[in-house]
Amino acid sequence: MAETSGPRAHISGQFNAELEAATSHMLEMGGAVERQVLAAVDALESVDSGEAQVIIDSDATINAMEIAIDNECSRILARRQPAAGDLRLVLAITKVIIDLERIGDESSRIARQVIALSETVDADPARPWSREIAATVIEMLRSALDAFARRDATAALAIARGDETIDQQMDAAMQLLIDKMQQQPASAPSCVTAMWALRSLERVGDHARNIAEYAIYMVEGVDVRHTELETLLDWLPQTDR
Amino acid sequence: MSTYGIDLEALQRRPIDSVEAEDVAISVEDLSLSYGGTAALRDINLNVPRRRVTAFIGPSGCGKTSLLRSFNRMNDLVNGCRLNGRVLLEGRDIYAPEVDVSQLRRRVGMVFQKPNPFPMSVYENVAYGLRIQGMNKRRKLDEIVERSLRSAALWDEIKDRLQENALGLSGGQQQRLVIARTIAVEPEVVLLDEPASSLDPISTLKIEELIYELKSSYTIVIVTHNMQQAARVSDMTAFMNLGRLVEYDSTDRLFTNPRQQQTEDYITGRYG
Repeated sequence: MAETSGPRAHISGQFNAELEAATSHMLEMGGAVERQVLAAVDALESVDSGEAQVIIDSDATINAMEIAIDNECSRILARRQPAAGDLRLVLAITKVIIDLERIGDESSRIARQVIALSETVDADPARPWSREIAATVIEMLRSALDAFARRDATAALAIARGDETIDQQMDAAMQLLIDKMQQQPASAPSCVTAMWALRSLERVGDHARNIAEYAIYMVEGVDVRHTELETLLDWLPQTDR
Repeated sequence: MSTYGIDLEALQRRPIDSVEAEDVAISVEDLSLSYGGTAALRDINLNVPRRRVTAFIGPSGCGKTSLLRSFNRMNDLVNGCRLNGRVLLEGRDIYAPEVDVSQLRRRVGMVFQKPNPFPMSVYENVAYGLRIQGMNKRRKLDEIVERSLRSAALWDEIKDRLQENALGLSGGQQQRLVIARTIAVEPEVVLLDEPASSLDPISTLKIEELIYELKSSYTIVIVTHNMQQAARVSDMTAFMNLGRLVEYDSTDRLFTNPRQQQTEDYITGRYG
């Protein structure tokens, strides 16, 4: 495996600029998506249907970014025939933006649950767990993009750990909602709505993990998808080369 | 048999991963070569697989052509050339004293950068090597000329021009004619030294297609400056620099995830 602490500049400055542009556009998209998730969590917290509608409307921008970056990558593949680390970078970007777009979709989904909630109750029945889970997945997303930007495979591997935390938080949140529904059957509709919102947040975590896996592929050239957590963590010390 | 009848193993298989001992056509052992005291190759060790395409890439002066030329002793013609180490063709040292060099070159044919047809008819170009070997039977010659031109993907284009002077063919046709001439004597190995570098893109693709066809019958070694060409046609790729073999691996691996930083820098255009 080539030691890539960060690639040297290309002989072709133009090619270099194209790769850097695609990377920074992807990170920009990541930033926009992260803001969508944050806004969705805020809207959920305050059950603010107006804010929720803004999130739903903004999803078009995320979708357009995905298409634009995808085109950018196709152009690079067609015109530059990238190899080795450059090839893996471009392939990784094309995959990361798919997950980013889906995180955008999940944000819209949460926003739609917020609108549904606003018609029945004035507080999220899953509080305070939705806030906790949101904090975990946003941290995962942020770290995954950060690991990609810094080409840090070790940091990317560590992100897989976030999964366990989310599982525990989700179990607790589900228990809370089930208890609530048993005690106050009338709250069932809003509790189910809250479950959908939590489910979307959990999916954001899954997508963040995918992004971390693409970062590992880009840096190390190994495909760690569909690998058990223990195997990933066993592998962790080896990357400290 | 796996789920849904999917042959997962076939899906996951790379064309080649490494060269198994029984598949080695040419084995290079501790080969060093110098011209008048200047080292051109240093301690090269590598196994060229049989009936596969092996590409040598690297910057100018890296030694890739010297290595190629050592496979049919073309370097013997250079004054002051000194060679240490061994080159084994099917297990036998080609530099052993008892080796007949012209016999060796019949087994290991070579095609150069500039097409070099002889100033004679298309037919005689292809028949040349056979005539030298003493073959004169017209029918047999006809048969081999046709078969060789067909193998070189040239027959359909020039079957009506066999008696015309070969120098009247286009560059791409001339190069394929030279390949036909090379394979007419049924070598085991075909060495290609930048075979497409003087050709236009279409002729280049025809040569590459031809290389792909030929590898079912011949062991092919190609030197090329065009990295995409190496990536397109070869099964194994060797990256050389300053007379050393830096990395030798399956082309798949070398172009997606090379092990050496030097290789990465070169194939991604960061060399220099």
